[in-house]
Parts: sequence; C-alpha cells; structure tokens
Amino acid sequence: MEHTIPEKHYLNEATGWKSWLMTLDHKRIGILYMIMVMFSFFLGGVFALLLRWELISPDKILMGPEMYNQAFSLHGIIMIFLFIIPSIPAILGNFVMPLMIGAKDVAFPRLNLASWYIYVIGFCFAVYALFTGGIDTGWTFYTPYSSETTTAVIPILTAAFVLGFSSIFTGLNFIVTIHKLRAPGMTWFQLPLFVWAIYATALIQVLATPVLGITLALLMLERVVGIGIFDPAMGGDPVLFQHFFWFYSHPAVYIMILPGMGIISELIATFSHRRIFGYKFIAFSSLGIAFTGFLVWGHHMFVSGQSDFAAVIFSFLTFFVGIPSGIKILNWMATMYKGSISLDTPMLWALSFLILFSIGGFTGIILGTLSIDVHLHDTYFVVSHFHYVMVGGTVMAIFGGLHYWWPKIWGRMYNETLARIAVVLIFVGFNVTFFVQFIMGTQGMPRRYATYLPQFQGMHGFSSIGALIMGVGFLLIAIYLIHAIFKGKPSGPNPWKALTMEWETPSPPRAGNFEGAQRLTHGPYDYDKVVPENALKQYKTL
Amino acid sequence: MSQTTARPAHLQHHFTDVHQQAESAKLGIWIFLLTEVLLFGGLFCFYAIYRSWNPDMFHNAHAFLNVWMGATNTVVLIVSSLTMALAIRSMQLGRRKHTIVFLAGTVLLACVFMVIKYFEYSHKIHLGQLPGKWYFFEGIAGTNPHIFFSAYFLMTGLHGFHVLGGIAVITWLIIKTARGSFSPEYYTPIEMTGLYWHLVDLIWIFLFPLFYLIG
Amino acid sequence: MKDDAAQRHILPLNLYLAVGSGLLVLTVITVAAAQMDFGQMNLLIAMGIAVVKATLVAMFFMHLKYDNRIYMLVFVGSLLFLGVFIIFTMFDTLRRGDIYEEISEPYLKEAVIYRTAETGTASSHAAADSSHTAAEAETETTDH
Ligand code: HEM
Ligand SMILES: [Cu+2]
Repeated sequence: MEHTIPEKHYLNEATGWKSWLMTLDHKRIGILYMIMVMFSFFLGGVFALLLRWELISPDKILMGPEMYNQAFSLHGIIMIFLFIIPSIPAILGNFVMPLMIGAKDVAFPRLNLASWYIYVIGFCFAVYALFTGGIDTGWTFYTPYSSETTTAVIPILTAAFVLGFSSIFTGLNFIVTIHKLRAPGMTWFQLPLFVWAIYATALIQVLATPVLGITLALLMLERVVGIGIFDPAMGGDPVLFQHFFWFYSHPAVYIMILPGMGIISELIATFSHRRIFGYKFIAFSSLGIAFTGFLVWGHHMFVSGQSDFAAVIFSFLTFFVGIPSGIKILNWMATMYKGSISLDTPMLWALSFLILFSIGGFTGIILGTLSIDVHLHDTYFVVSHFHYVMVGGTVMAIFGGLHYWWPKIWGRMYNETLARIAVVLIFVGFNVTFFVQFIMGTQGMPRRYATYLPQFQGMHGFSSIGALIMGVGFLLIAIYLIHAIFKGKPSGPNPWKALTMEWETPSPPRAGNFEGAQRLTHGPYDYDKVVPENALKQYKTL
Repeated sequence: MSQTTARPAHLQHHFTDVHQQAESAKLGIWIFLLTEVLLFGGLFCFYAIYRSWNPDMFHNAHAFLNVWMGATNTVVLIVSSLTMALAIRSMQLGRRKHTIVFLAGTVLLACVFMVIKYFEYSHKIHLGQLPGKWYFFEGIAGTNPHIFFSAYFLMTGLHGFHVLGGIAVITWLIIKTARGSFSPEYYTPIEMTGLYWHLVDLIWIFLFPLFYLIG
Repeated sequence: MKDDAAQRHILPLNLYLAVGSGLLVLTVITVAAAQMDFGQMNLLIAMGIAVVKATLVAMFFMHLKYDNRIYMLVFVGSLLFLGVFIIFTMFDTLRRGDIYEEISEPYLKEAVIYRTAETGTASSHAAADSSHTAAEAETETTDH
C-alpha cells in the first residue's frame, strides 16, 4: 500500500524558528525536548566512552584520578538529571499522551513551554559548571566533600535545582491533563497503560522533586553561608543530607523506569496483537510502585551510619518494591503467550527490556538485603545493577518508544534492516559491558576509581570493548533515524495496526490534533473485537 | 460538541468549556500547593530532627524570640487570609469595588507582616543570633544554639519570600480587577491566588508555635 | 455540564467572620497556654491547636469542605508523604544509639565556632561545658 504525507500537519503548519521557539503545541514542545535531551544523551555518552577508555588499563591513559572523578561525576549528572529523568515524559509523554487521551493539548501549554525553557537554563548551568572547574562529587553530591571541594559545585547544584522545577512543571501539567482533558466518555480504565504510567510518574515528580529542591538549596547555603546543618564540626549531621537526597532519588529511579514500563506495555500489546493480560494489575502496579518507592530510600545508606533499626526496616520494605515490577513482567509474558507476535524493531527493544530489566530488578533485591549489601555497596555490582535497570530498562524502552512512534512523529519510516542490526549491537554490547561488572563487584572491585588491581585487567578490558560496540550501535541509530525524517518512506497513519487513539490521526498529526471532539470507538487493547487497518478510522469488526 | 454559544475570550482553544478550564486550573493550583507543602516539609523535617536531638537548647533559644511580635504577626496573617476570602466572595457576587478594597487590605496586612519581620530580623542580626558560623551571641545555654537560628531564619525566611511573592501577585490582581478583567463568571486567578495565600497563612500557623511558643 | 453556581458555592459572610474570629480566639488560647508549663504536653497542646486552626483555614477559607473531594485528597496526600519523610528519617536519627551509645548524640557538643582560634578550646559557656564532660563520662561508663 502506498501512503502519502498529508498536506498540512503540525510540522509545516507554521514555519520559521520563531514558530518553534514560541510554540504552544505539545507535539512541537516534545520535539524541542527531544533535541535537547538527545544531545545530553550524546554528551553523557561521550563521557561514558572516556571512562571506559581510561579503564582499559590500570595505568593512566587519558586522565589522572582527579580528571577521572570529574568524568564520572559529569557522566552521572548529565545522564540522570539531563537525560533520563526528562527523557520519556518530556519527549514521548509530551508528544503522545495528549493524542492518546483524545485531547487537543496538555492542560497548561504555556507552562509546558516554560518547562522546556527552564530545562534549557538548567542545561546552560551544567555546561557552565563543566567549563568553570568541573565537578567531582559524583551525581549524589554527598557532604561533607561537596561542601569543601573546590570544583564548581554551586553552578551544578543550581543546574539540578532548576531542572527539578522543569520536572515538576511537566508532572503537574500531566496530572491535570489526564484528570481533566480525557476525551468525552473515556474512563480511567480505557486509558492506554502508557498514560497510567505517565500519571504515576507525574505523581512522583510532584511529590519528590520539591524535596530535592530544598535539599540542594540547603547544600548551597551550607557551602556559601555556612549554616552548618550538614557539618559535623558544627553539630550538624552529614547522614541527614543522604536522607534528604535519597528521599528524592529513590523515588526518582521510578521516575526513570515507570514511563519505560508504560512504553513496554504498549509495545507488547501491539506486537502480540492481543488484548493485554491483566490490564488493571498493570495499571495499579504503576501506582503501587509510585507509592512503595517512597518507603525504601534508606537502602542506599546501609553502610552510612544510619541506625540499625532504620536499616532493618528499609531492607524489609525494599523486598516489597519488587512485587509491583514482578506483576508487570508476569502480565507482559502472559500477554505474549499465545499471541501472534511480530518481531518488528520496537518489539525487539521490548524483549531486550524484559530480559535486562529482570536482571536489574533481581540484583536490586540482592542489594536490598542488608547483610549482603554491606559487602556489595560501592562496588561494581551496584554499578552493574543500576545500569541494568537504567540502560537495560529505561534506555531500551526509550528507543523502543522512539522506533514505535517515529512514523507518528515524522510520518516516515526508518530502515528496518539497519534498525534490527542496531538492536542486536546494543543488546550484545550492553551485556558485554555490564555483565562482567557483576562478577568484578562480587570480587571486590570498588566503584569510582581510576585504577584497579591487575587481576581485574581482563574483565575491565572486556567491558570496554562492550562499550565500544554500544557506541557504534547508538551512532547507527542516530544516522538512520535522522535519515528517516527526511528521506524515509511515508508510513501511513497506523503502520503497526495499533488500537490506541494516537493512531487515529494522520501521520504526522495536524496542529490541533483532532478535528472536533474525539469520540471513543473501542478500548485501547480490543484486539479481540476489531482489526485496525493502516488507514484512518478503518476497522474490521471480528 | 453541539454548543453554539460563542466561546468567551478567556477560554483557551484546547478546553471544551469554561467549566473544564476552571477545574483544570484549580487542580493545577492544588498540586502546586502540594509541592509547596513538600518543599517546606524538608525544613520541617530538619526542625523536627534537630529539636529531638537538642530539646533543651531549643527550649532555651526560643525564649529569645519575641512572642508578642510573633503573635501580632499571626493575627495579621489570619486577618489577611480573611480579607482574601472576602475578596473572592465579593467577586462571586459581582461587587468589584469591594474586591479591590479587600485585596488592597490583604496587601496592606502582608506589608505589615513584613515590616514586623524586618524589626525582628534586624534585632537578631544586631545581637548575633544568626545561623551557622555567623552566630556570635553569648548567653543561650545548651548544645549548638546556632542551629536553632539556622532553622528559624531558613523557615521564616522561606515563608517571608512567599509573602513577598503573594504581595506581588495580589497587587497585579488589584490592577486587573480595576481594569475589569474579572467577573462572577471568570475570576479564576483571584481564586488561585487565594488558595496560595491561605497556604502561606497555614504554614505560619505552624511556624508560630514551633518557634515562638514551645521552641 | 454541572451548574456553575453550585460550583462556586458562595458562602455566607457570617460564616467567614465566624471562622476568622475562631482563628483569632485560638491564637489567644495557644499563646496563653504557652505561658504555663505542662511539661511534655506543651508540644501536644500547641500542635493540637495549630492543627485545629489549619483545619479551619483549609475547610472554610480554602473551601475544601465544599469542593470536589479530589482537592482534599491532594492536600491530605501531601501531608501523608511529608509524614513518611519525617517519621522514616526519625527511625534513623532517634535510634542511632541502639548499639553504640556515643553516636546517639550529636557528633560535637560544641561547634568549632565556639572555640577561640588561639587555644582551640571551648570558650565561655561554662554550663554547656560541664554538660559536655558529663555526657562523656556517661558514655564511658556505659561502654563497659
Ligand atoms: C526491584 C527494584 C529495585 C531494587 C530492590 C533496587 C535496590 C537497590 C539498592 C539496594 C541499591 C543500593 C546499592 C548500594 O548502593 O549498595 C540500589 C542502587 C541503585 N539503583 Fe536500584 N533497585 C531497584 C530498581 C532500580 C531502578 C528501576 C532503577 C533505575 C531506573 C535503579 C537505580 C539505581 C541506582 C541509580 C542506584 C545507585 C545509586 C548510587 O549512585 O549510589 N534501581 N538499588
Ligand atoms: Cu533505591
């Protein structure tokens, strides 16, 4: 079937750079975010490659220990605050969520644009810090080191502080949008699961991020004014900083993973061509994760000197966080079971997610075990755990989502062969990089060191090779995705024959999303009732 | 939608009706208030922990705050909250002049609050009852009294910033009201600001006893 | 569409005035109560009154009593999570001494800012100083 690009759509409806920088259209704001966030991903990736390069040998190759501290700090800060936290909500959430619920825009378009500008300001502060002394505290900014080191702590704290506001604005906007702007007749249980995930994420964003704000503000005051609340020499308590920090940052890991899980729910349903199994379980487990995520932050502090009483409670509760994630995994598998699965590129990303995230989650439970974590804390085991959840989970989901919605966003399809090669490269490269790190960790290789004992030479070298493979994979993706924007074959409105509402618009969608008010004709996963065609509003009823 | 009534000027394109728009704004402001609660919450947590560690010092230090100034400020803020509520009520009834008077009253009271705060602060700065390493007052027994003043200045300071923000926004509302931007059909900005202002009052309702009464 | 007037729930003037006066009366009570010493109860009384006042403000001035329940949920939810934050942190800070007596207390009894630069010893506060040594002695005895 041949498709054409509609004559008028949101990309060409207004032209000129001003029409982009002043836009209130959620789709364009999603693209503005995409540019910035993906550029940050690139920057963070460069630092990652530098780190792995340095670690090819225990001797100095590129940088000494001080430089190495700077490199891993910047890698972490960029990846966490500039890339992974805003990534899915701000790019795909912005673009697809209103379409999915049949809304013409988010509830507060100006706030939406403001959040992007605030993000850009935060980005500038981070870059400023990079060029004025760098930062060597790690992304966790632990005191007392962070109140004493001479690097550019204040600019980077300002950056994280400002980025927090951007995140809050996005979250606030999405909660209101999902509550108030659903298409007439669309009930909560007719929402696509991606929307549920974005909703749960937004709840965490508004509940946890303000605490990050006040924490960073206190740290700045501690450093600049000397209020002494984290300084043991003044009767303060540095462990308190860790409580404040992790009260945000543990829930924040769910800001990172929940939207990814939402994408996976969509991908698995679409490519198994089957009604999703356990819809309500998946929906409520998102809320469950959002809630339990607030009760376990102390598992990052088992060896920090918190009371044993607190450590035991936090360890105990940590075991419960695994349950909602487990529920999701089982329901996804049950959906695939006896489905007619097509292995298009997005589905390959989803399958990678399932495997890698499961490993990441299980090792999380291992780390949550108090007595074991005493040995594994601050080793490469932790590094590997969080890369399996953040890269193996979230990044796989982001790219799955980008490949899934790329034809919707641009109206054009990428090269499927190259795309499959890229998935394989990344999957293999990822495991080569990180699996050996579990082993090194259990053997006592500590994290955040520029050098290591000779016995780790083989595994570190192996790991660095994996990083290179991944780097090539991501480069390949960048090339064919950008190529597709201009030269790809027109995809038609619904190339995957999915049933959620964003596919009922032309690709690319028109500026106001829908003509008139959107009507609900079927549920998001009614694959047992209707068969969608790759054309607008055409269904065969079964 | 079959409605053929003209869309009012203040209705944005992506809402179906005024009602939906107003409800969205309200939910939005409530979530904003939630973030405010957690922002202040960090400081309340800070207060609770150091107080539990140094109960005697907190008790000794609180005696150096002026209860009467604090109580006056409490009264001032409560009355300002009342005038704010009445400003909204007047607009609901379409009495624009009353709204302006009540809003102006709110701003005035907020300024009184800040002036009293100014006198309190300058007295403390003068005596050296200051946060952290700036502390040089002698005469409060107990461990590390500077921590009490860290908490005091941080919490009342952040609250003070919120009062200043309130003054700015309410002044803007007065101008808008005078220009006739609001009506009984559309007064969402006043209502939103009202909710914000009540939260500022509400936080002070806790700050007052925690610092001035029991320490 | 729901009725706009019902949405707006215009409350009677007297109600506002009554709530306002109630708040002022409670302020007087709490100040008066603070002049007396109820020992452990001081905190409870002051906080109890503050909670009542806060409830009045939230219910009537902020219209929570009349509005959609969702706003109540948002507000109460924020307090709930704040509660989790404070209580769980205190699981740590209040029980540091469970095993090691000496870390149940602030690390330093006297901040460095109270030490004179030349001698490096604690300055004037005699009272604070004696409590310092007393605490140290106590730690030593419990250590055995
Ligand atoms: C099954 C759920 C999970 C459990 C039980 C869990 C448990 C843990 C534990 C106990 C640690 C602390 C290890 C240590 O420092 O000694 C940890 C670290 C970490 N986890 Fe997880 N985790 C889970 C899921 C996730 C997810 C979904 C993410 C992110 C998407 C994540 C990101 C991280 C990060 C970034 C760290 C390291 C923080 C640092 O820099 O110190 N975790 N996890
Ligand atoms: Cu965690």
